[in-house]
Amino acid sequence: MEGDTLLAVRDLTVALPIGGRLVPIVESVSFTLGAREILGIVGESGSGKSVTSLAIMGLIDVPGARVSGSVRFRGRELVGLAPRTYRALRGREIAMIFQDPMTAFTPVYTVGWQIDEQIRAHQKISRKEARSRTVRLLGDMGVPDPEQVAGRYPHQLSGGLRQRAMIAMALSCNPALLIADEPTTALDVTVQAQILDLLRGLRRDYGSSVLLITHDMGVVAETCDRTLVLYSGLVAERGPTGALFARPGHPYTAALLDSIPPLHGPRPKRLPSISGSPPTPDERPAGCPFALRCTHVHEACAVRPPLVACGEQDVACVLPTEGRPLPPRFVPEFCA
Amino acid sequence: MVTSVLWRLGQMLFVLVGISVLVFLVFFATPGADPTARIAGRNASPETMARVRVEYGFDRPLPVQYARMMEKLFVTRDLTSYVNRGQKVVPEILEAAPVTVSLVSGAAVIWVVLSVVMGVIAAALRGSWVDRGLMMLGLVGISTPVFWLGQVVNLVTQSRYHESWLFSWVPGLGYVPLTEDPLGWFRVLLLPWLTLAVLFVGIYSRVLRADLVAVQSEDFMRTARAKGLSPVRVLLVHGLRTSMITFVSLFGLDFAQLVGGGALLTEVVFGLQGVGRLTYQGLSNLDLPLIMATVMYSAVFVVVANAAVDMVYAVLDPRVRDGG
Repeated sequence: MEGDTLLAVRDLTVALPIGGRLVPIVESVSFTLGAREILGIVGESGSGKSVTSLAIMGLIDVPGARVSGSVRFRGRELVGLAPRTYRALRGREIAMIFQDPMTAFTPVYTVGWQIDEQIRAHQKISRKEARSRTVRLLGDMGVPDPEQVAGRYPHQLSGGLRQRAMIAMALSCNPALLIADEPTTALDVTVQAQILDLLRGLRRDYGSSVLLITHDMGVVAETCDRTLVLYSGLVAERGPTGALFARPGHPYTAALLDSIPPLHGPRPKRLPSISGSPPTPDERPAGCPFALRCTHVHEACAVRPPLVACGEQDVACVLPTEGRPLPPRFVPEFCA
Repeated sequence: MVTSVLWRLGQMLFVLVGISVLVFLVFFATPGADPTARIAGRNASPETMARVRVEYGFDRPLPVQYARMMEKLFVTRDLTSYVNRGQKVVPEILEAAPVTVSLVSGAAVIWVVLSVVMGVIAAALRGSWVDRGLMMLGLVGISTPVFWLGQVVNLVTQSRYHESWLFSWVPGLGYVPLTEDPLGWFRVLLLPWLTLAVLFVGIYSRVLRADLVAVQSEDFMRTARAKGLSPVRVLLVHGLRTSMITFVSLFGLDFAQLVGGGALLTEVVFGLQGVGRLTYQGLSNLDLPLIMATVMYSAVFVVVANAAVDMVYAVLDPRVRDGG
């Protein structure tokens, strides 16, 4: 997209030992993330979104797990990086915020203390300087009375405040890349909108790129420049958000979009849903993983389709190559 | 803050009064047993019986008897033993208490330090042979009877190898007060401390390891790692600090019951005249005033220790502080 590439993930495969053998949870995932770009990774639970993000963070520490492929961050290979070097990167250049702000802070320390800790882990500055930066960050994140909030314990803060504090902590060392793993799932809708606003503002105020992991297509439409759709640990489709919403190339993307309740027009009697459930990683079929639930399934689907260009997107489906791509759909105005 | 402390003290007092009433009823108001006859002793003359009855108020209603007993325990402190005539019970306990407190405190320091070290190492090297070895050792500690271990220690250090350079420093069995001879106090108690601590090192290190392993999968541990902290810092500052909460509650209960007389076996094996031993004597002679007094003493300790644990709890866990 625009500018230089910050993060280039190529053929990332993460295999975890399940029942005595290595099962690939995420298979050959590739994408790039430009500077100041927001990329959304969408998928159902178990599609490998979180595992992908943890692999980028180097936080997969299940004994016997194998991470292969390539993750290049600012041209530097992260897969196989020495733990000590990785640690210096983590929290400083790549930071992460987690889904549930209720449990993501250590309960026995004040929020300010925990932010100070991260700053002081990466920079040699005094306690006082760290605290003043913490207070400034909290203020920037729209926390009212940041000085007082810094002295509070996590359980004394509301979910929204905690998530703001979490983002403040993630941004404390000015990371180039922020990975947000379902940052709004545990919050109520109004707070959700505020947090998304905050995330969108980060590239302007902090120059950060954001990898936004979510299962909410609405969040993606509102926030992300580009979108990566994961299905059962494989890339189903990736491309610019607008194009992907207007002309989804993969039946799975189209089905996901159909299952968003429309805001305008006649209200459907029953919201379309995708029947069945995604295959577990160890039962993933050799062909297209979505074949079992796809309305367009035919013989060609028995072979796993490669990613092919289709309009502005890349799609892992045989339909475009067979010359019968999915029809364009109604574009909700919020992402037009 | 002040109100919560006062409230807490009030609760303690209430519990203590409750326990004293219960113990009193069990020992002195059991139907069919006349405490007068027991206190006056065998073949006492009717005059003696009458005197005892008046002195203890056994001819008055139960509440008066209870008040008289509490007065003798806490105010005049002249409750005398049934068995050893004229032996005052309260001073006897006050004399035994420092022995028990010395024994248990020293052992507690040892078991806390050792179990934290063992638990943390085992959790950090989870699944390795070091982990398995340490936990096996803990299991051995838990399953070794303390009286047997004490006897073996005595056999080795007091008789078999006492003359060897290794154990020639070990003094004879008994107790040396800390105020008289601190070094002697330390030397005489070192082996009893270790012996008593073995069981608890086993339990505590296993509990702590399990807690630390469980805490590893918590979200905040992942956050701590994502912050770029070193694994040691994540384990100690975030993991151990959080796991200490269970540890402390366990510790408070064990410590209190040991000081309250639970270290009986160790006291007997090492010839220490502590509270446990006193209770044992009281029980074997059915010396009711002595039992009454030791039970009250140990109740005080358990209640005070519980209050202390609650306070440490509040220090360790901010959520408890707010819960009130």
